[in-house]
Amino acid sequence: MTRPVSSSPFRALSVAILRGFLRDKASVFFAVIFPLMFLVLFGGLFADQDQSKVDLVQVGSVPFVQDLPDAQRSAFEDTFEVTTTDDLATALEDVRKGDADVALEQRGDTLVAHYTQTEQVKAAITQGTLRAFVDGSNVALSGEPPKFALETERVEDDSLTTIQFVTPGLLGWAVAMSAAFGAAATIQGWRQSKLLRRLQLAPVGTPTVVGARIAVTLAISLVQFTIFVGLAAVAFDLQLTGSWWMALPLVVMGTLSFMAMGLLAGAVTKTVEGAVNLANFLVLPMAFLSGSFFPLDGSPAWLQRVSDLLPLKHLNEGMLDVMVRGQGPGSAVVPLLILGGFAVVVTLLAARLFRWETT
Amino acid sequence: MPAIELSNLTKRYAELTAVDGVSLEIGEGEFVGVLGPNGAGKTTLLEMIEGLRRPDGGEVRVFGESVWPRNSGLQSRIGVQLQASSFFERLTAREQIRTFASLYSVGTGPADEWLERVGLSDKADTRVEDLSGGQAQRLSIACALVHDPELVFLDEPTAALDPQARRNLWDLLSSINDSGRTVVLTTHYMDEAEILCDRVAVMDRGRILQYDTPAALVRGLDAPARITVAPGVITVEQAAAVPGVIETEERVEGVVLVTRDPGGVITALAAGEQLDGVSVKTGTLEDVFLALTGREYRA
Repeated sequence: MTRPVSSSPFRALSVAILRGFLRDKASVFFAVIFPLMFLVLFGGLFADQDQSKVDLVQVGSVPFVQDLPDAQRSAFEDTFEVTTTDDLATALEDVRKGDADVALEQRGDTLVAHYTQTEQVKAAITQGTLRAFVDGSNVALSGEPPKFALETERVEDDSLTTIQFVTPGLLGWAVAMSAAFGAAATIQGWRQSKLLRRLQLAPVGTPTVVGARIAVTLAISLVQFTIFVGLAAVAFDLQLTGSWWMALPLVVMGTLSFMAMGLLAGAVTKTVEGAVNLANFLVLPMAFLSGSFFPLDGSPAWLQRVSDLLPLKHLNEGMLDVMVRGQGPGSAVVPLLILGGFAVVVTLLAARLFRWETT
Repeated sequence: MPAIELSNLTKRYAELTAVDGVSLEIGEGEFVGVLGPNGAGKTTLLEMIEGLRRPDGGEVRVFGESVWPRNSGLQSRIGVQLQASSFFERLTAREQIRTFASLYSVGTGPADEWLERVGLSDKADTRVEDLSGGQAQRLSIACALVHDPELVFLDEPTAALDPQARRNLWDLLSSINDSGRTVVLTTHYMDEAEILCDRVAVMDRGRILQYDTPAALVRGLDAPARITVAPGVITVEQAAAVPGVIETEERVEGVVLVTRDPGGVITALAAGEQLDGVSVKTGTLEDVFLALTGREYRA
């Protein structure tokens, strides 16, 4: 006669595991606080960078700017933070030292922009913008209506800012860390202390024990999701798109595949420290290669091929699609399948490599 | 019906035969010790009886039932304390034993009673990591007994304890088969087996060399007794002249008279009023082990 999986042992095991986690300050720190520090760093400190204005020093009188029509003038002021000085030498020195991005003077009908090569992006913005204003003014003075017009539209939602990109990536990293470390430390620690043997001798089935461990890890992942998305929304104005809720099954499936990695780390090592170090060795490079910290768009093709093998890459991409890129729920299906397949294959591998004996 | 019946039980690893044709019967209510040095095969033997390991040959019956494959009906009748302190990390003593109680569908009442019984009530809120070695062993024994099993396995419960803590634990251990419970204890301490066990199985290199009561094992050894008399009471020459003395030694603690007739020698010493500071040491399980294996006991 086999006993049914009684809810009571399952509950008792889950509570015991959860208490063990919450009382381990290092685990809580690395699961929640540490990744949140990165969120604050990326979301708060670096967020302004792409919108920051170009510091422009206006040397002497520049009638061209003063004579701009109102609409163009406000566009000009959106792009440039203008200060004025009468001394060209001081202005050039400011640009050279990086205190200002461009010094602008007018010689007759010629605008002269002094920029520094060390700030290439702002130099390009300055040149492009000033040229557009000059060309626009020339066309207006000719009295002819412009023949061609240019309209630019961003592919993404207007609100797409740094926080939109970093929240899913850092969340994926946080989930990967706590799931992989938790599984690695549990299997190795329980084997060392013979608790695993002890549980085998109790009238509870393996599914109950494994289920309790998975349930606790999933609960931790979902709490991480709530904290990350909540903080990003409240403090940094994260805007979620329509099918963001599909991120929940993605997080669940991602958690399972990272637990599988942790099991593998626990199966091939001989000490708890070894297991956690190996998990760390797997997770940190994976986070870099999966675009958790910076986008991979500019990286070489071979690197992107490599990253396709990593579960975190698919979790991150899936979450970006549904949480901020406004894709439909269907876009999560392929990442879900890949993550599930990874979890199954790696768990089977870990089970094959697992040894009861620690010597 | 015996609690445990083993017939020709065998377990082999790549090059090593860990358990080699062991047959053994343990009656209900018996306190049996399995005695042997590290690597003798005690743990492997126990793991096969507990149903954790599949034997390569032979048979295990516990309460007449087969233990392999996993027999969950038996598992609730068996309690196991493993060598190491097998606990959930960072739980208090009370949380620990209550968790184990839940695994056997036992309520918090018996859990707290067992905590009391092993003398850990005042440590109930202490985390297991902060318990002393002796306290942790008491807790792990309580966790093994929380579901009131009919059969208990204790795997080296006093290992790594200092002598004082070991002796304290003996009182607890000797009380756990009071209610007719069967206890199987492995140990590599001779004195422990002698004091606690009804019967002792001496094991070495995968085989049971002897299986009997400690007294019968020592008797069968037929080892001479060693009678020590305080220094100055008797000279070595006088000692050698006592009838029945086969050998004498002069030591710091006094003169040692080796004899197979300790009764006669004591009577002779008493007649000469030479009993000051006398001590008599008869054979121990240690000697039994030496005689059986032909080598010093290596704990």
